[in-house]
Amino acid sequence: MGRKILFVTTDQQRYDTLGCNGGALARTPVVDGLAAQGIRFERVHPQSVVCMPSRSTILTGQHPTTHGVWMNGVPLPLEAPSVADVLHRAGYRTALVGKAHFEPFLDPFLRFPENALSRTGTVPPGGLHRGFEHLELATHGGIGPLHYAQWLAAEHPGAVGGFYPVLDGSLQVNGAGGGDTGAPQVKANPIARGIYHTDWVADRTIAWLDSLGADEDWFCWMSFPDPHHPWDPPESEVGRIDWREVPLPAGYPEDRSEREAVIDGKPRHWRLWYDGTLVSNYEAPATWVPATLTPDQVREVNARNAVECELVDEALGRVLGRIGERGWTDEVDVVFTTDHGELQGDFGLLFKGPYHVDALMRLPLVWRPAPSASATPSVVTRPVGLVDLAPTFCTIAGIEPLPWMQGGSLPMDDADAEARGFERVLTEWDSDIFGTDVHLRTIMRDRWVCTAYLPGTSHDGTEGELYDLVDDPLQRHNRWDDPAMRPIRDDLVDDLWSSQPPSRRDRLVLESPV
Amino acid sequence: MTATRGSVRHQVRLAHPPDEVWEVLGAPERVHEWFPGIDSCTVDGDQRVVVTHAGLPMPEHLLTVDPTLRRLQYRITAPMFVEHLGTIDVLDLDDGTCLVVYGTDAEPAALALVIGGAARAALAYLPTFMGTDAPAS
Repeated sequence: MGRKILFVTTDQQRYDTLGCNGGALARTPVVDGLAAQGIRFERVHPQSVVCMPSRSTILTGQHPTTHGVWMNGVPLPLEAPSVADVLHRAGYRTALVGKAHFEPFLDPFLRFPENALSRTGTVPPGGLHRGFEHLELATHGGIGPLHYAQWLAAEHPGAVGGFYPVLDGSLQVNGAGGGDTGAPQVKANPIARGIYHTDWVADRTIAWLDSLGADEDWFCWMSFPDPHHPWDPPESEVGRIDWREVPLPAGYPEDRSEREAVIDGKPRHWRLWYDGTLVSNYEAPATWVPATLTPDQVREVNARNAVECELVDEALGRVLGRIGERGWTDEVDVVFTTDHGELQGDFGLLFKGPYHVDALMRLPLVWRPAPSASATPSVVTRPVGLVDLAPTFCTIAGIEPLPWMQGGSLPMDDADAEARGFERVLTEWDSDIFGTDVHLRTIMRDRWVCTAYLPGTSHDGTEGELYDLVDDPLQRHNRWDDPAMRPIRDDLVDDLWSSQPPSRRDRLVLESPV
Repeated sequence: MTATRGSVRHQVRLAHPPDEVWEVLGAPERVHEWFPGIDSCTVDGDQRVVVTHAGLPMPEHLLTVDPTLRRLQYRITAPMFVEHLGTIDVLDLDDGTCLVVYGTDAEPAALALVIGGAARAALAYLPTFMGTDAPAS
């Protein structure tokens, strides 16, 4: 019997939403407790700041350039490598419960296995899908072909319409406002808490765990759709946090001229989006103009986001409780993270896009090794990436990481990180839709975040961003064109290009907006 | 994504003479045979209704079925579309092979990607359907 793995992801959750990371809004005692017992990582970056590429990196252990999923809507090839497959072949029982999103959601032809699976059950045809023998899937609402929506429609049809409609009538990301402030993607959702997708994911995870024998090894990816927008948690829970008392985030300059001056110091697509003249990708409502965002809307979005984070924490607590009842606690590694961040008011923006700053790139990551491993609690400050998760799962399982994995098993502390060369982490962005393309390559190393731009419809390829995370933790001052920074910039850019992972030979095709 | 109307195009080269390929693609009633995700279809004059694997009936208006040009055009007329135009061309490459080009124009733009993505998958399936293992090189 080896170590079992509970891998917990949320969707679009910022680093600073956890109490253990200094967050003061949401109460997250369960994850905070895991951090106190295990390893808390302070500088974790995704390899892409949108769902499908990032989740594909988690599963394959490869950068987007290599696995080929360069944007939402590009399906991960079925033959792509999978750490779940590696674990399954090593004898692990494997499940994915909640949000998968390796394949596009908008799929009226049900071409993609994730979307077709609920018609036949929870066991994929042939027994495995991407290494998982059991999949029960959900996303951000109550409509669609996935298991949660099908279950909700069958068992609680009156609750379906309570969710915010993620897409509008034009199938664009919905920009309609709601709540008390008219903030986009906010809605009062009358759904009972017990049937909201957060608790459903925990319930179905517990049900799967209960189906296993006491001595079986297992890898369970429990993937919560929250706190990704829409911000429509059960209305019964919204009163936990009065948005009127929520302080404005440090990253939100309340003074408009100050805010716009910060944005104007960055490459031009920042201001174009802020003014509503360019939405370069499908990740934000095309009809919403960020310049209209009010301080109260920022407060309400942050309050509702925090409620969703609390619900996730409590759901995780229930699952850990069941694991304890099964007598497994000492043998279970718990890894908690997310796929990417959320702007959540920083710079006067919401949602996500080609903006490689901490709001989207600095992620929560907590690893509580199985107590039987007797690991020493620690805090890792050196940079790591989601690309390091797949080899970590292998190491936990006692398997040598596979050659196609591009990261390294997560360090146990800073000394371990230094000894094993955890020095830099890379992030990339490529969007190309209906004649608008944006391409970014980013390196985080030492105290710097450096982004080089490639030519696109809004950039000539000479632009960039350079931030000193020590002197400018909010990334307000772009030093890219500062002559005094040129030697540092050149060194980082050289390192960035010489560290690029190998590219997939053929470019995968965008097959859906999301 | 600010565009309201989207236009995408996909293509595949097949190791078959164009007339042989047109025999399949130019027959509106055979679309469910080679288009993965379409389970069935009925044709009544210039009206076609396909039923997707999700059980969604999709009414279509056949605009062009031109065997000389080897061009088929159709509009999806389902309410979610403000506009749609699908165009399939089978082009003779004069070497015993042909090029199939599938254009999809739609408003809302998102639907151009959805329908176009499914069309791309259909083109990728065509070599298998036609009895060859891979696209012509």
